[in-house]
Amino acid sequence: MENHNAPLLEMRNIKKDFFGNQVLTDINLTLQPGEVLGLVGENGAGKSTLMKILFGMDVIRETGGYEGEILLNGQPVKFNSPFDALVAGIGMVHQEFSLIPGFTAAENILLNREPTKKGIAAEAFGPRLNTLDYKEINRRAEAAIDKMGVKISADMTISDMPVGHKQFTEIARELSKEQLRLLILDEPTAVLTEKEAESLLQSIRSMAAQGISVIFITHRLHEILAVCDKVVVMRDGYVVKESPAKEIDVPQITKWMVGREVAAGSAAEVRDLSGARTILSVRKLWVDMPGETVRNVNLDVREGEILGIGGLAGQGKLGIPNGIMGLYEAGGTVEFDGKPIPLNSPRKCLDASLAFVSEDRRGVGLLLDESLEWNVAFSAMQIQNKFLYDFGLFKWRNESAIRSVTNKYISDLQIKCTGSKQKAKELSGGNQQKVCLAKAFALEPKFLFVSEPTRGIDVGAKALVLEALKRFNRENGVTVVVISSELEELRQTCDRIAIVSGGKIAGILPASEPSEAFGALMVSQVI
Amino acid sequence: MKKKQRGTFNLGRLLQNNIVPIMFLGICIVCFPLSGRSPAYLLNELVTRLGRNTFLVLSLLIPVMAGMGMNFAMTLGAMAGQIGLILVADWQIWGIPGIILAMIVSIPISILLGVFCGSMLNKAKGREMITSYIIAFFMTGVYQLVVLFMMGPIIPIAHDSLKLSRGFGIRNTVSLLNMRQALDNLLAINVMGVKIPVLTFLIIGVLCLVIIWFRRTKLGQDMRAVAQDMEVARDAGINVDRTRVLAIVISTVVAGFGMIIYLQNMGNFSTYNAHSQIGMFSIAALLVGGASVEKASIGNAFLGVILFHMMFIMAPDAATTITGDSMIGEYFRTFVSYGVITVALIMYETRKRRNRSQTGYLLALAQKEEEARGK
Amino acid sequence: MGKTLENQNRLLGYVRSFGTPRLIITGFVLLLFITAPIVGVDLTMQIGNVINRFSWNAVLVLALVPMIQSGCSLNFGIPLGILAGLLGGTLSIQLGFERFGVMGCFFAAILLATPFAVLAGGGYGWLLNKIKGGEMMIATYVGLSAIAFMCMMWLLLPYTSPTMVWGLSGEGLRTTISLDGFYGEALAGFLAIPIDPENGLYFPTGSILFFALLAFGIWAFFRSKTGTAMTAAGSNPQFARASGINVDRMRLLSVIMSTWLGAVGILVYQQGFGFMQLYMAPNNMTLPTVSAILIGGAAVKKASIPNVIIGTILYQSIVTMTPTVATAIIQTDISEVIRMIVSNGMILYALTRDMKGEGSR
Repeated sequence: MENHNAPLLEMRNIKKDFFGNQVLTDINLTLQPGEVLGLVGENGAGKSTLMKILFGMDVIRETGGYEGEILLNGQPVKFNSPFDALVAGIGMVHQEFSLIPGFTAAENILLNREPTKKGIAAEAFGPRLNTLDYKEINRRAEAAIDKMGVKISADMTISDMPVGHKQFTEIARELSKEQLRLLILDEPTAVLTEKEAESLLQSIRSMAAQGISVIFITHRLHEILAVCDKVVVMRDGYVVKESPAKEIDVPQITKWMVGREVAAGSAAEVRDLSGARTILSVRKLWVDMPGETVRNVNLDVREGEILGIGGLAGQGKLGIPNGIMGLYEAGGTVEFDGKPIPLNSPRKCLDASLAFVSEDRRGVGLLLDESLEWNVAFSAMQIQNKFLYDFGLFKWRNESAIRSVTNKYISDLQIKCTGSKQKAKELSGGNQQKVCLAKAFALEPKFLFVSEPTRGIDVGAKALVLEALKRFNRENGVTVVVISSELEELRQTCDRIAIVSGGKIAGILPASEPSEAFGALMVSQVI
Repeated sequence: MKKKQRGTFNLGRLLQNNIVPIMFLGICIVCFPLSGRSPAYLLNELVTRLGRNTFLVLSLLIPVMAGMGMNFAMTLGAMAGQIGLILVADWQIWGIPGIILAMIVSIPISILLGVFCGSMLNKAKGREMITSYIIAFFMTGVYQLVVLFMMGPIIPIAHDSLKLSRGFGIRNTVSLLNMRQALDNLLAINVMGVKIPVLTFLIIGVLCLVIIWFRRTKLGQDMRAVAQDMEVARDAGINVDRTRVLAIVISTVVAGFGMIIYLQNMGNFSTYNAHSQIGMFSIAALLVGGASVEKASIGNAFLGVILFHMMFIMAPDAATTITGDSMIGEYFRTFVSYGVITVALIMYETRKRRNRSQTGYLLALAQKEEEARGK
Repeated sequence: MGKTLENQNRLLGYVRSFGTPRLIITGFVLLLFITAPIVGVDLTMQIGNVINRFSWNAVLVLALVPMIQSGCSLNFGIPLGILAGLLGGTLSIQLGFERFGVMGCFFAAILLATPFAVLAGGGYGWLLNKIKGGEMMIATYVGLSAIAFMCMMWLLLPYTSPTMVWGLSGEGLRTTISLDGFYGEALAGFLAIPIDPENGLYFPTGSILFFALLAFGIWAFFRSKTGTAMTAAGSNPQFARASGINVDRMRLLSVIMSTWLGAVGILVYQQGFGFMQLYMAPNNMTLPTVSAILIGGAAVKKASIPNVIIGTILYQSIVTMTPTVATAIIQTDISEVIRMIVSNGMILYALTRDMKGEGSR
């Protein structure tokens, strides 16, 4: 029996770890029918994992399930797949569109739930040979669109739509499910213009008025305050604050989001290098990196420093090194050591003694199918003719030089492997990251970009990697720019930290500034 | 003024989208006077070939709709049809009943082969065409094993006239004299010297109606969804792999029927070679009709058969007139068939890439605008 | 104890990476060699035949290596190289290079084929760079179109050498041209060691040496700086690009190399076989060549010289031994069917295996 006094959703003591890495600890959450809950937190705070658990995503089950209890209308539930969650009345709109581009909005809204007309063939060969009832499809789609209280045309093809309409189509698809009682919106406004976002907020209100509960995840904090009844702030896998939206304001939320325990909050040995000359100067940089667009960035890096670049995901911090190093189309001017560096040409950057450790380890950073020797030595061999026998007409690999340099870095960086001939794909994430660093170190660059050096690696390897970067900077006098989503990590490693928000540099502060100051910058220009 | 501009724009686009059929029309127009054939002869040949080939070409439409490209493995259906005909010939059931029985026999074989082919293609997503091309060769080996070695000892064949002199295996040519054009002659009418096989056309018409109906079914809609984005379709709960296998099974069964219609018109067939070129010619015909790897319609099939076979009939004669050597014409039409497929494949791949780079370009443009506005 | 278990696991790992079809094929070939003497087939003769056929085909199979390594996948467009070779061969005969001896005629053919191979390879490589991801299907049809086009050319080009043109009309090349007195046995006859001279069986020392020379060249190339860059471009193009490599140029170079080796390969084939086959014949070389290297253990993105050698030996063993052995056992020649199923089955297996990092989208 359903208990009518119970809340719609109750999550009790939810815990989750990924291979021993605790990402959620004792999460408790309740949600009443028709209530709008705002869920905020930095990247990696655990919001997405929590929602994945609630939605029964495969990845949770594949990584060993979760602990704790989920109750829906007072009844304990356990979803084995998103389809179970859908049946129970939970709908989710993901950050990435999940739409068929050549279909109309109506066809997408009712994808795989199309009303059909019975036919003879279906009697013989099964219901998939029923013909579609286009009138009914349009009618239901329009009803779902009406529920949102916005105007979009049901018979418009998705590929012809502006981004905002696609987002509404996604939401309408969830609304068209009659059993829907809870809708999860994961950063739905990230791709919307201000006007579109405003009408989305209105439709959230109108959905709530019809008794549908909404969990709303966003980095735009003023939206949370405008539309939510209740705000839940997460940090490092804990719920740090739960409060009615009426009683709080944006600075307070920011503080809860980034605030740390005192012990972890101190930045280590920050140097003031304001006297040093500018070694890299970036002017009016734009980068077309999907999902990490950079707009009009001006940045000066001082010789010998470690500069951190932080910011929320999708705000463009990753686009800066990828654009400068020529991996994505870019425009603007970059000057290194007084000489201009042509954009869109990785070779020219490498020739000028710049190096880059990509955040996309497996895609860009490594030759997964080749040995560690190749991975470490390849770039230096191709760019600087190192590790080669030169026979004039052609150059041969010097296998013994390659082996010795690889072994040097294996011991320097404590890379765990069976030997220098092991294939890169057989190493763990942390050790792969070290190989990427070794590749860059082998180039002996004057300037090094390191993008997300600790993403997806365990705590021990993290410390080693950051320590290696610091040592490389101090001992070789190499200027290092570290791009990371983890502010604390930057504060422990860098001298100065630039925060990117909305594709632009929102500000640069010494790493010794308190976390709250950075947090405020992070959300300052979020789009 | 504005209207006119739009008109020319559309015309240019129309030309661009139909460049292959227009080119072929050009070839046909040039070849026609050179071939020295009478219009009546051409028309007669054309009607015959339309009845003979269209069904086969139509079998390609469903996999295209499911996003699996040109089904080079339609040859599998042709093999199933041939096995049906061999067995029916052995049972001495002739005429229309023989044709119908051969079709019925071909169905389970086609389904079996289609399921095999479909499952293979599911393991080779993104490389469907080259894989189906190889499957056709692979299955030809299996077909030979069955027909050349198993027919006789394992599959009973009663009549010696079918068997090789060594006592097992089927002869190189199977005669269908007793069912020759049975379908074409029933209800056939003669209009000004042109024999029109009404029943065959009726059957083709029915298939067209079935295809139109099929597009409106749930399964048809699922296939279109799978064609555009497998991930999204899977997230929506559509069984992607099964849908793709079904598309290939349908194509194989239809190709089996098509082969039987084709062969009853010919009156005999070469046991080991008849199917081998069928896939290539059908695909070339469909592409000549203006279809592409991701989009093909019934109209493309008809137009394609007409233009492609017009060229096929006239090329050898025209080449003889020009060079005095009929072989040149034979090679020319082979070259054109291969060439058309090559061009269509290249256009398909470059379009895929152009779409990608265009999104990048638009993004860059939007940023520049925003940047300009920001200043 | 633990050590043996580890060894066992490693062995199992090897077996798995080798793949079931390859194991079956290897087993089948071993079985052929074992049964041959039992059913009364002359084993020396068979082995001699296998060695000879290996020497004809090995260079063609070798021609696939550069393109596989650079990420252009299986070169179904090898007919392009073959056609360049045919042009070189026919021109060498037409221009009367036989007056410089057998070797002179042969190397003249290679020299004459080179500009065609480089040109065709360049155009073909440029095209393949435009359609990355769809190489195999387009390569197949580029090859087929080129063959059909050259069919017309063989008839139209003004060849006059009486050994090559049709006797009656005096124009248009014959389908099969005997190379006796031109470059037939050019390499095979060099330092040939008799095995069974009564049946005309010799060990083709020259051909084997020539193959060894080319194979060494390819091996050396892939140890060079450029060769390393080419391998990296195939292994992970994004990595190569980020390391400042011009991936398109590497691919183009590999296609030109493959096409040139294809041209040389067909000339080596012809000198061993003794005949030149024109018109649709080049088409019959594609699938056997591709399946040979796959049988040897190559994948769609990785190939080595041992793959070439092992694959060619295994494939040619099947081709030469099944007819005789099978006929001796069951009195029926089932070899053609077996060859078709084995070679195409092998390609099918390679295509349907998971190729990571090469997604269609």
